[in-house]
Amino acid sequence: MSPAGPHLFMRDIEGMATLAEQVKSGNVRAVSRLITLLENHRDNRQALHLLNGTSRGATVIGVTGYPGAGKSTVVNRLVSCYRRQGLKVGVLAVDISSPVTGGALLGDRIRMQEHALDHGVYIRSMATRGYHGGLAQATGDAALVLETAGYEVILIETIGVGQNEIDIVDLAHVVVAVVAPGLGDEVQAMKAGLLEVAHIVVVNKGDLSGADNTLRDLREWCPNVLRTVATTGEGISELAAAILAHRPSSGVSSVSEVRNR
Amino acid sequence: MAVASQPLRILIGKVGLDGHDRGVKLIARALRDAGMEVIYTGLHQTPEQIVNTAIQEDVDAIGLSILSGAHRTLFRRVLELLKEQDAEDIALFGGGIIPDEDVPTLTAAGVKALFRPGAPMEEIVTFVKGLKPQG
Repeated sequence: MSPAGPHLFMRDIEGMATLAEQVKSGNVRAVSRLITLLENHRDNRQALHLLNGTSRGATVIGVTGYPGAGKSTVVNRLVSCYRRQGLKVGVLAVDISSPVTGGALLGDRIRMQEHALDHGVYIRSMATRGYHGGLAQATGDAALVLETAGYEVILIETIGVGQNEIDIVDLAHVVVAVVAPGLGDEVQAMKAGLLEVAHIVVVNKGDLSGADNTLRDLREWCPNVLRTVATTGEGISELAAAILAHRPSSGVSSVSEVRNR
Repeated sequence: MAVASQPLRILIGKVGLDGHDRGVKLIARALRDAGMEVIYTGLHQTPEQIVNTAIQEDVDAIGLSILSGAHRTLFRRVLELLKEQDAEDIALFGGGIIPDEDVPTLTAAGVKALFRPGAPMEEIVTFVKGLKPQG
């Protein structure tokens, strides 16, 4: 079954219904097409109604933090970890569009290509296209599409957070902030709003000198601080477990419910 | 009502064993500067990884850099996989050290364009811009 054709707009109700059915059955091309349609035309959000009632309660994990702290590498390791548990994993990796040209260099998945052949993993790069808040405007819609397609864990990597780019809070069940030693002290983290939004703070590159100080400083402000070395995988299984432990198991809320709360 | 914004999405990557990525990064940057969304996969990709990535990213085109001499095998394999996955609407172009005699064979097989040493950046950008966005 091939997804409905490339030139699809909301005017094509039948085509959209077909596409929605294909998404529900987990067809990867259909998932990709629908995300593109949602990115390109806000009017296509009407298609989301066709997905309603089929969401399966995915866990949405936001990963935010400073540029260069290791967000993509942490996400890559988390994908491996959840795959070992047999969960289907979707990744939405957001990078910034150039305010000058509108173009974007989307390179997060360089660190994730080991999963490119795993049919239980879907990775999509999204550009912000001028939208502020750390995500793309359609990121929430894309998460809903992935949930409908049967992905059980959805990891959303924000742009490297500066200050006030915290839309992820409204979308994710659990927010993980990734910091690294030497990228600013805990006052910087407070200023950036990271500690307000993060349920779990990760000190990545935890083998660098200065990691102990960073951990100690952050623990004064945040109860849930973990150390990882994402390049080797150290600390990742603990992080994966902490994330799922944080996610309330009762009263499971779907992506759409979380977004409406 | 909503403004349609549909930049071209282009996958740029390197397949096979050669690790020379200076050129491919220049291309990626030039396309970004031309307003496109460039998904860069990095080095050492297999044709299978490239095609799966292209489908997940819903790109309009794949641009591959091959300097290893394995271009005949690798381009053909990518075309085969696109066909298998019912994704022949994704255009394939490439660049690298490709001898004259291989160009007609590869273009006949379905490679849309091949850019070889000395190709002006402007020519590459113009070619890619000429590909229609799908969305």
